[in-house]
Amino acid sequence: MLSYIVRRILLMIPTLVVISALVFTLIELPPGDYFESYMAELEAQGESVDKTQIEYLKKEYGFDRHPVERYFVWVSGLLQGDLGYSFEHQMSVNKVVGNRLFFTMLVAFVTIIVTWLIAFPIGIYSATHQYSWGDHGLTFLGLLGLATPNFLLALLLMYLANVWFGISIGGLMDTKFVNEPMSWAKFVSILEHLWIPVLVIGTSGTAGMIRTLRANLLDELQKQYFVTARAKGLHPLRALVKYPLRMSLNFFISDIGKLLPTIVSGAEIVAIVLSLETTGPLLIRALQSQDMYLAGSFLMFLAFLTVIGVLISDIALAFLDPRIRLGGGRTK
Amino acid sequence: MKSSQSYNAPNGLKTPAQKPGTPLEHYVNSAPFDPKSIEQLTPEQEHVFLASQWRLMWWKFCRHRLAVASAIFLALMYLGVIFSEVFAPYNYQARHIEYLNAPPQGIHLFHNGSFVGPFVYGYDMRKDMETLRRVYTPNIQKVQPLRFFCLGERYKFWGLVEGRLHLFCPAKGGEAFLLGTDRLGHDMLSRIIEGGRISLSIGLLGVAVSIILGVVFGGIAGYFGGIADLIIQRIIEVLQSLPSIPLWLTIAALLPITWPPLLVYLFITIVLGLFEWTGLARAVRSKLLALREEDYVLAAQLMGAKPNRIIGRHLVPGFTSHLIASATLAIPSMILGETALSFLGLGLRPPITSWGVLLTEAQNINIVALYPWLMLPVVPVILVVLAFNFLGDGLRDAADPYK
Repeated sequence: MLSYIVRRILLMIPTLVVISALVFTLIELPPGDYFESYMAELEAQGESVDKTQIEYLKKEYGFDRHPVERYFVWVSGLLQGDLGYSFEHQMSVNKVVGNRLFFTMLVAFVTIIVTWLIAFPIGIYSATHQYSWGDHGLTFLGLLGLATPNFLLALLLMYLANVWFGISIGGLMDTKFVNEPMSWAKFVSILEHLWIPVLVIGTSGTAGMIRTLRANLLDELQKQYFVTARAKGLHPLRALVKYPLRMSLNFFISDIGKLLPTIVSGAEIVAIVLSLETTGPLLIRALQSQDMYLAGSFLMFLAFLTVIGVLISDIALAFLDPRIRLGGGRTK
Repeated sequence: MKSSQSYNAPNGLKTPAQKPGTPLEHYVNSAPFDPKSIEQLTPEQEHVFLASQWRLMWWKFCRHRLAVASAIFLALMYLGVIFSEVFAPYNYQARHIEYLNAPPQGIHLFHNGSFVGPFVYGYDMRKDMETLRRVYTPNIQKVQPLRFFCLGERYKFWGLVEGRLHLFCPAKGGEAFLLGTDRLGHDMLSRIIEGGRISLSIGLLGVAVSIILGVVFGGIAGYFGGIADLIIQRIIEVLQSLPSIPLWLTIAALLPITWPPLLVYLFITIVLGLFEWTGLARAVRSKLLALREEDYVLAAQLMGAKPNRIIGRHLVPGFTSHLIASATLAIPSMILGETALSFLGLGLRPPITSWGVLLTEAQNINIVALYPWLMLPVVPVILVVLAFNFLGDGLRDAADPYK
């Protein structure tokens, strides 16, 4: 088991290296840099630009050096927990980001839990009552959630909450708590606001989860061991929970790997509509103004989050399924 | 199994026994030899047992009612967007400055209890002096029957041929905004129909890109295995672990603003396809891994066929059906992706009209409260995505007809 985990973690390193190179290239690709767009902006406003200051800044942040060199500077900074410098906000990215990374993780984590809580019973019900009205209805509901663009759902819920309950649900907490340290009241306020983004983001992943669980459980239910278990008089619920459910749980857990990127990207868009204090709105702004370290570090963080998620799901899977941790079963 | 032909006993057995010791009489049955005489199939059985694989799939697909209905719906949609200019009552770019943010006009059939045929009531416009908003109310004195197959606003069919023919148009001197107008006075219905052309085609083109990439990379990984497989697997893993929307945003942000709309459209399509091929490549790879062990592949190899011929000619046809099913299931995410990108202002831009571009108008909560009909473009998005999902499910079930 330990060797499996170690192997899996080692395998993560090249993945992260490739991702960081990809992210850096993407950020680097657009012509020009932040200083050029900044200068153009200042000139458009009729202000004079201090060329020497710009040159100094460029030199200070290594923009006169080769991109490859800058990549290594950036990566070694990342490794030491230094996310770089945001030109637009004129402070270090760590400060700009602040709590946002934490809130992004919070939203993603809660969403996964909620998605599971919804998808799990529905999936089991749909599989055990195949082609019943309940199955069709619930599957349809799940697909409807998948088919509705997240941002519109967010907008609609925001409006309805305003009309029905008279509350404003934008943001992740009450505005008076934004710059305050964590407290019980703040925590409650976050919980009050969290359900909308969680619900909205969760809708898209839930349908996929239900579908996977249903399909796998249906496959298992047709197998002979299940028929045998039923034939020898095992209680239906027990027969279901003990064997087929355990088998299909594997797919359920390995699905985190697929679910997490969906949730993270869904969260970005919903965050923009609902103006959540997560990375989404800041990322868009950073991309538009070519604030490259900010954007790059965000992207890197999001990718890191998903890679870690996949890692956790793989390890959990290895715990559950000895075939995976032993790496056997391969004939060729 | 019943045999339709009775067994013909040789004559010799029916005649009285021969005298012992004499040689047997030479006997030849004159009936033509039929090797299937024992297990003769009835025409119905023959119909089923000898059906080709594609025919079996077709039968199985037809049993999935929802999938068939979705297929018909999608076919009509695609047919519709080919002639979108004709189906739209107005030119989608024409502005009707008298009618800004006008609500939808309902279609009525009866006026004062008598049958008139489909018609709409004209608007009365007044200005709300408190909110300074234009308020349109239907005036039941203004009966404006719709005209069918009529000459209406000019348009350029596919931007090439000029025309005036519409499926239906408003009454002369009247208006018919069945889904209302937007803030610039464009007819929403016409814009939704026109936007369908872009939104629906972007899904198809994107999937085409990802099928090509998926088959090429999945084919290499699955057929050659070894190092190539390892590298491609890692690439797929990396791409799949990246959250797609932030990535799309980053790439879309690369787009120079000066590019012409058509180029932007192509670029977005390729971007969508570029990150969706991983799923298809995985499917291709796992299928190829199983199929390459078959004897016919070995036979082809021994005859000296080159790898790309074996993959293309012998292996790919074996899982085309699976490929089509997976591709169908990939289209919805592209349509939704385009919507999301355009919504954030990083995808397509006006004057190109897609459902996502239309939805950018519905970006703030005031719109939802005051002009809810601007959110209508979401209806076709939901319907199309649902239909593709059902169709994909049906195809996937049908792809393995022997199950």
